[in-house]
Amino acid sequence: MSLDFSRPRPLIEGPHTLKEIDDVIAAPMERPHHREFFIALAISLTGLGIFVISVAKLMADGTGVWGNNNPVNWGWPIVNFVFWVGIGHAGTLISAILFLMRQPWRNGIARFAEAMTIFAVITALLFPLLHTGRPWLAHYLLPYPNERALWVNFRSPLLWDVFAVSTYFTVSLTFWYVGLIPDFASMRDRTTTRLKKFIYTLFSLGWRFSNRHWQHYERAYLILAGLCTPLVLSVHSIVSFDFAVSIIPGWHTTIFPPYFVAGAIFSGFAMVITVLIVVRVIYKIEHIVTMLHMERMAKVLMATGLMVGYAYGMEFFIAWYSGVEAEQYVFINRAFGPYAWAYWTMIICNVIIPQIFWSKAARNSIPILFVVSITTNIGMWFERFVITVTSLHRDYIPGSWAYFTPTIWDVGLYIGSFGFFFTGLILFTRFMPVVSMAELKAVADGAQPSHHGGDHE
Amino acid sequence: MSKKVDSVVALFDTPDQIIHAAEKTVEAGYKEFDVHTPYPVHGMDHAMSLPGTKLPYVTLMCGLFGFSFALFFQWYVSGDPLSGFGAKQLFLPYWLERYPFVIGGKPLFSLPAFVPVMFEVTVLLSALGTVAAMIAVFCGLPANGHPLHNTDYMKAVSCNRFGLCIEAKDANFDEAKVREFMLEQGGQSVVTVYEPYRRPPSFFSSLIFLGLLVGVAIGVGTKTYIVYNKVLYSWMFLWLDYTDKVKPQQKSEFFADGRTMQLPVDGTVARGYMPYEYKGNPEGAGQFLVNPADQTSEVLAHGKKLYNIYCTACHGTYGDGDGKVVVREAGKGLKPPSLHSSKLKEWSDGRIYHVISEGQNVMPGYAKQILADERWAVVHYVRALQRAKDAKESDLQ
Repeated sequence: MSLDFSRPRPLIEGPHTLKEIDDVIAAPMERPHHREFFIALAISLTGLGIFVISVAKLMADGTGVWGNNNPVNWGWPIVNFVFWVGIGHAGTLISAILFLMRQPWRNGIARFAEAMTIFAVITALLFPLLHTGRPWLAHYLLPYPNERALWVNFRSPLLWDVFAVSTYFTVSLTFWYVGLIPDFASMRDRTTTRLKKFIYTLFSLGWRFSNRHWQHYERAYLILAGLCTPLVLSVHSIVSFDFAVSIIPGWHTTIFPPYFVAGAIFSGFAMVITVLIVVRVIYKIEHIVTMLHMERMAKVLMATGLMVGYAYGMEFFIAWYSGVEAEQYVFINRAFGPYAWAYWTMIICNVIIPQIFWSKAARNSIPILFVVSITTNIGMWFERFVITVTSLHRDYIPGSWAYFTPTIWDVGLYIGSFGFFFTGLILFTRFMPVVSMAELKAVADGAQPSHHGGDHE
Repeated sequence: MSKKVDSVVALFDTPDQIIHAAEKTVEAGYKEFDVHTPYPVHGMDHAMSLPGTKLPYVTLMCGLFGFSFALFFQWYVSGDPLSGFGAKQLFLPYWLERYPFVIGGKPLFSLPAFVPVMFEVTVLLSALGTVAAMIAVFCGLPANGHPLHNTDYMKAVSCNRFGLCIEAKDANFDEAKVREFMLEQGGQSVVTVYEPYRRPPSFFSSLIFLGLLVGVAIGVGTKTYIVYNKVLYSWMFLWLDYTDKVKPQQKSEFFADGRTMQLPVDGTVARGYMPYEYKGNPEGAGQFLVNPADQTSEVLAHGKKLYNIYCTACHGTYGDGDGKVVVREAGKGLKPPSLHSSKLKEWSDGRIYHVISEGQNVMPGYAKQILADERWAVVHYVRALQRAKDAKESDLQ
């Protein structure tokens, strides 16, 4: 293999013009009968159906249908909440942090990853709401004036979580929409049917590609990226406070915020890889979402995998070093107690398997990437399970120890949440550009003036 | 009818051409012109001599507002320490009312705990403010009625071409000259864009709009009424009101005697409340009861605490029988004996314990106030007082 290292690898493979980029990206939105799309939608709608049935059962009978018991009051709903919020983090990381780091390769995958963030956060938000048992009273979580003169408790991490996740959702949605405005405008000028034209016109806000607007637009995008970067780090930190601020052994540790953020990026990148591997084939955008992207994401995956591996080790060390008997017991119980199977699944999936990416061949192999990205998410789900359940099921008082077993409704809600997530994502790929046209055109060969940069004379 | 000219537009093929054309336009003295590109072209702001954007100031203001608002809001609704507990209450409307909450022993103004929400609100308002200002103020959007929309020019610049547009409101605008200028710069498809004919809004269309508003209002009102007065009181949302639990004083179907609240089994004794064996038998108590408490400093300290709470009022701090009550009520026959008499010194621990438990003469029993173990601790303390009043030489060493 001979590579010319004097030139950066092209971000878009093969010959292409600006028009071809538009055509390729707009194709899924313009092709009316698309068999793969309907097959994918049928599968995800089945999942959504399971979700609806599980929620209906929950509404009718209450949270007692779940396996949550007295020590393990936070069962699968909170495990799934943390899991889905984590999935969302890769989107913001790719769109905001890599933007600030001037990584142009992000342009090919940022839009899709952002969409994933949006749907993952919506899915995540459902779980705490359902876990309250009475989601129709969810507005009690917000500080609003009321005749009882009662306000929310601002000293509680659970309330910080309400603010963090809702802010994260709103800002991610705004960021996503700002990125979509020029693409909606491009679609508005391409499309032929009246309904589509009306809808795209509405959402494009009458964008007309004026450079006087681009000037403000680019600055707004940069500011949003700058705001999203600390935001994304804060969100999973605050989610980890839900655990770390309590005094349960195994939860009350200061390593949680960075550990959770690394884990979130780890699982989020795994999900991006899993889904993009399928999407790039179905929508024939292999030359836009290239092996370059895959390889770089594999590197991020391995780096964050090593970080969580370090956190697992450090947790054990601190438990021993603290000299707190309850803390030490929790960790020995994790590795060798009744939930040892979950712990070792987590270790194998999150720490051992990603080591395969030390090999360049593995990073460039689609089957290996696909399998490892899926085992990573299995491992990351188990990580949240291990943290939540093993810490709760045996705390200070042996008299209140119990074993947690999920019920079929726990499983139904979890599987159904994938249906919910993928239904949103699949509809997104059908009605909105999965790759940002404007951003991608800007990094195409020859797209920028030859006397590049503002200071030419 | 002559249409009003809006602008003259031309298309270019490459970013180099459009940068060059923009520079020439500035040189030619045109002010009201614009460049349309499918993506932001590097160096274009400089070529067009645009001043920098003031957008970051909006972000800063929104962020500062969000930060200070969140700080003030949390301080206020968590029960601000300025008004605090017991301070004079102002009469406030209900939506400004709040209680001073103490949670987890934290102060009312717990700054570290308020930081996460302050951060989130700062980010939220900065982001929303920036985007709203960018769209509505800086770009003047939405503007779907702009004359350039639905032209071939717009369809080209939204895809792969680069457009230059000189507007009619420019002071130097002259249609023929501008067209010539565009061709000189290598512009293709030079076209004059006219302002679209707009039908003045008719009474009928405003009536439809009004009807729509009324319809929405009625629809939303009906929905709200049904949800809050009917749906939320349907069986689905009230299942917790109808559980199988029994309430006090209810008749029980389950127990044979029909009582919901069952009595404890005969002979049940609560922990720490073992019945006193020597009721009315002081001699027996003195003879057989043995003090089970150890003479440790903790026990003595606890005995001292209880003695100072319950006994000092009459017996005095040092057991001399000169408590505050005795002094104040002098002459009413309240004369507790000194605890330092030889009679009391000779009494066994059990005998003193009996007096504490059952009382003697006007002294009531303290079994209700002081637990059994604690009474023994008081006995130890009384012994300590006795010894302190009559210390031996060896005690002082």
